[in-house]
Amino acid sequence: MNAKTSEWIDVGAEADIPLRGARVVRSAAGDIAVFRAADGSVFALRDRCPHKGGPLSQGIVHGHGVTCPLHNWVISLETGEAQGADHGCTPKIPVQRLDGRILLDAQAIARLAVPHG
Amino acid sequence: MAKQKLVVIGNGMAPGRALEKLFELAPDAYDVTIFNAEPRVNYDRILLSPVLSGEKSFDDIIIHGDAWYIEKGITLHKGHKVTEVNRAARTVTSEHGETVSYDRLILATGSNPVIIPVPGHALPGVLTYRDLDDVHAMMLAAKAGGKAVVIGGGLLGLEAAAGLQAQGMEVVVLHLMPTLMERQLDPAAGYLLQKAVESRGIKVHCKANTHEITGTDRVTGVRLDDGTVYPADLVVMAVGIRPNAGLAKAAGLEVNRGIVVSPDMRSSDPDIFALGECAEASGQVFGLVAPLYDMAGVVARQLTGDATAAFSPQATATKLKVTGIDLYSAGDFADAKDREEIVLRDPMRGVYKRLVLKDNILIGAVLYGDTGDGPWFFDMIKRGIDISGMRETLIFGQGYQGGSLADPMAAVAALPDEAEICGCNGVCKGKITTKIAELGLTSLDAVRAHTKASASCGSCTGLVEQVIRLSLGESYNPAAVQPMCGCTDLGHDDVRRLIKAKELKSIPAIMQELGWKTSCGCAKCRPALNYYLICDWPGEYADDSQSRYINERVHANIQKDGTYSVVPRMWGGLTSAKELRAIADVVDKFAIPTVKVTGGQRIDLLGVKKEDLPAVWSDLNLAGMISGAAYAKGLRTVKTCVGTDWCRFGTQDSTGLGVKIEKFMWGSWTPAKVKMAVSGCPRNCAEATCKDVGVICVDSGYEIHFAGAAGLDIHGTQVLGHARTEEETIEIIAALTQLYREQGRYLERIYKWAKRVGTDSIKRAVIEDTARRRVLFDRFVLSQSYAQIDPWAERVAGKDAHEFAPIGTLGLPQAAE
Repeated sequence: MNAKTSEWIDVGAEADIPLRGARVVRSAAGDIAVFRAADGSVFALRDRCPHKGGPLSQGIVHGHGVTCPLHNWVISLETGEAQGADHGCTPKIPVQRLDGRILLDAQAIARLAVPHG
Repeated sequence: MAKQKLVVIGNGMAPGRALEKLFELAPDAYDVTIFNAEPRVNYDRILLSPVLSGEKSFDDIIIHGDAWYIEKGITLHKGHKVTEVNRAARTVTSEHGETVSYDRLILATGSNPVIIPVPGHALPGVLTYRDLDDVHAMMLAAKAGGKAVVIGGGLLGLEAAAGLQAQGMEVVVLHLMPTLMERQLDPAAGYLLQKAVESRGIKVHCKANTHEITGTDRVTGVRLDDGTVYPADLVVMAVGIRPNAGLAKAAGLEVNRGIVVSPDMRSSDPDIFALGECAEASGQVFGLVAPLYDMAGVVARQLTGDATAAFSPQATATKLKVTGIDLYSAGDFADAKDREEIVLRDPMRGVYKRLVLKDNILIGAVLYGDTGDGPWFFDMIKRGIDISGMRETLIFGQGYQGGSLADPMAAVAALPDEAEICGCNGVCKGKITTKIAELGLTSLDAVRAHTKASASCGSCTGLVEQVIRLSLGESYNPAAVQPMCGCTDLGHDDVRRLIKAKELKSIPAIMQELGWKTSCGCAKCRPALNYYLICDWPGEYADDSQSRYINERVHANIQKDGTYSVVPRMWGGLTSAKELRAIADVVDKFAIPTVKVTGGQRIDLLGVKKEDLPAVWSDLNLAGMISGAAYAKGLRTVKTCVGTDWCRFGTQDSTGLGVKIEKFMWGSWTPAKVKMAVSGCPRNCAEATCKDVGVICVDSGYEIHFAGAAGLDIHGTQVLGHARTEEETIEIIAALTQLYREQGRYLERIYKWAKRVGTDSIKRAVIEDTARRRVLFDRFVLSQSYAQIDPWAERVAGKDAHEFAPIGTLGLPQAAE
């Protein structure tokens, strides 16, 4: 059990992220965008749009999606996939919510550092 | 043959219609001169209530713009009250001394509102509800908020009450009779109406006999006979109208309640017609538009020599124009011995229907809550059809006749050609279908233009669309309005109108009330809604930063690498050693990679890291600089040349004026960015003629230009008007900006807005109609009182701190495998 929980990293409180908003977690593997949807659910994606690398954390959050601030691609928060006619995907990082805290999957973050991981 | 001279006194809807018919029948028969006591063109008085409630503007209700009078060769004297008709000399004379002779004269002097002569009726703050000036006075009074008392619970009184409430006042309606609108409604429907009005927060006091209006310098309240006192900052009397027949009486014409006319609409002098609310025909006077338009048609035909044309009063129908309350009444619905009635009550749905029959013929109908069958009942009333065959199901409406539930299209298809579709303008179904076929019409606007159907109060629009659909089949798409985005079928204009009409004051309220299809909108609609709410409810609506595009959320411009650019304001393009030194220091301190001079005469610092933004702003603030809003859908720059201070060609202080404009306008949010410029002479070194708003200084003052563009599209500006002073210039520019703020669709630049709504309507609102300009200006000033707060200083002080710092920083975790 200990081995299991140690794989989750606490990155902050849910309340630190505005509803329909996002915050950035800086990591050695690159920036991670942590989103909080209107319904309170929390998602994490690599903070790079699959189109031109725009910072998704700066986009407008609507439903379970975010619109990239650079060229208006809409990315699903649930899958990291581009929606509509656009194609591309940004890596998704599994999230756990525990007593108001947000935990990210350490392994998934580590994999971000590996090209094509 | 020489043209005869026709003089018309009055420029309301009835004479407007008569002239339209006349020009249709005999375009060259008469030289026409109109005297209008109101200082404006002909407008649709029925739609004053939507103007008062903010759902429409004056431009929306104009029937004949200035161009129409010019095109028809009509001499229109605006603001000329006629003081004398000399029948012996066949002349009329206005108060300004203008004397014009006539061969034929039309008196269309309308009516005056009845003023109850209680003590205090002349106090300032006591108004009537009759024309646009009254509406403006009410809107002005409502701006201060406070309490209003409306005396009169008829059609006009209730519309006034709803309008004043929409403008933010607390409203009480006083009505002498036991139930509201007793002339159009039976007591049961009057009760339902009262409940609906009260549920909107308007207090209704029936059987209220006004004893006096209290106050010394201005109105403070209303006291009733029973001792009740209602405090009031504004009292509106809407108790009825009285034909305005004074002029006719002075001229020796026969006058009873109104100017007495025979069925050919001629007064006791056969060369003088009387028309509209001032006329009395068959012992009746008329206030609803349908009979007045009938009169107009008779006058036009008589003027062209058709002696058979005759007016006979018909049954009429009325509809209350208060958003959210559906009420329709037609014909004669008073109780009497020889009458029977069929009543349907459905209190849960708030529906009440009552049909009045006499000898198996429908003679009256009152519908509340569900008025869809109103025109069908009205058609049967007018045609006097024997309904014995459908008596069992009659009250359920047209859809239930013939056994099975028909779809609405079938109901319209079943209407005979002579069924009236548009009551205001007397347009029947056959006329619409014939015009569609003859002229190949394909849109509602085209049908409106060619038939006048749905061109007045608009309540028959749905029916007209169904008739068009019947004629054109599936190729007609009434939903040709471009929806805002995939989250709604409503277009921008509908959403804006409904925000005001339903008083929606938050994004969730809009989405709930207007049936948004998504849970919280999208990146297209949310910023638009956020802007509309800021514009429509200044000081009340709290900006939703999560619905702002990133640039407006963090008050800097995002760049392709995720860094930001920072542009401080330089008023009119002026800067100083102190400012430049502070900028240089900031560049060094934060290692800002690029510094560039912009096209708008300011300095752009590019490549600032997001976390550094508050510290950069703090240093710039200390040197006296604020945000240049280079990211905003709002006022950007006011570019200037050096003007009379330095330039040998300068005619005015263009730099000074530019600074004044910028200091007055900064901080305002607009549908899309607004760039301005002021040039000191027609050499135009500030390039003012490709800006959203530009000023060219000339010897005699300031030429104001607008609707230019120099981006994706290139457009030279158009001249809006000329101002003599800097103050007038600023007032016009602010009014123009406010009109754009209120009418523009989100992301629609001024030149596109101007093209859509028409340059003429904009000129009318901010140049010709100085009262309207002032109202717009005042609204802009009110909005600015909440907008001129430097967003940089706010964030330096700690606002939205979460925006500028990461939530956390991690090392590289070790992969477990």
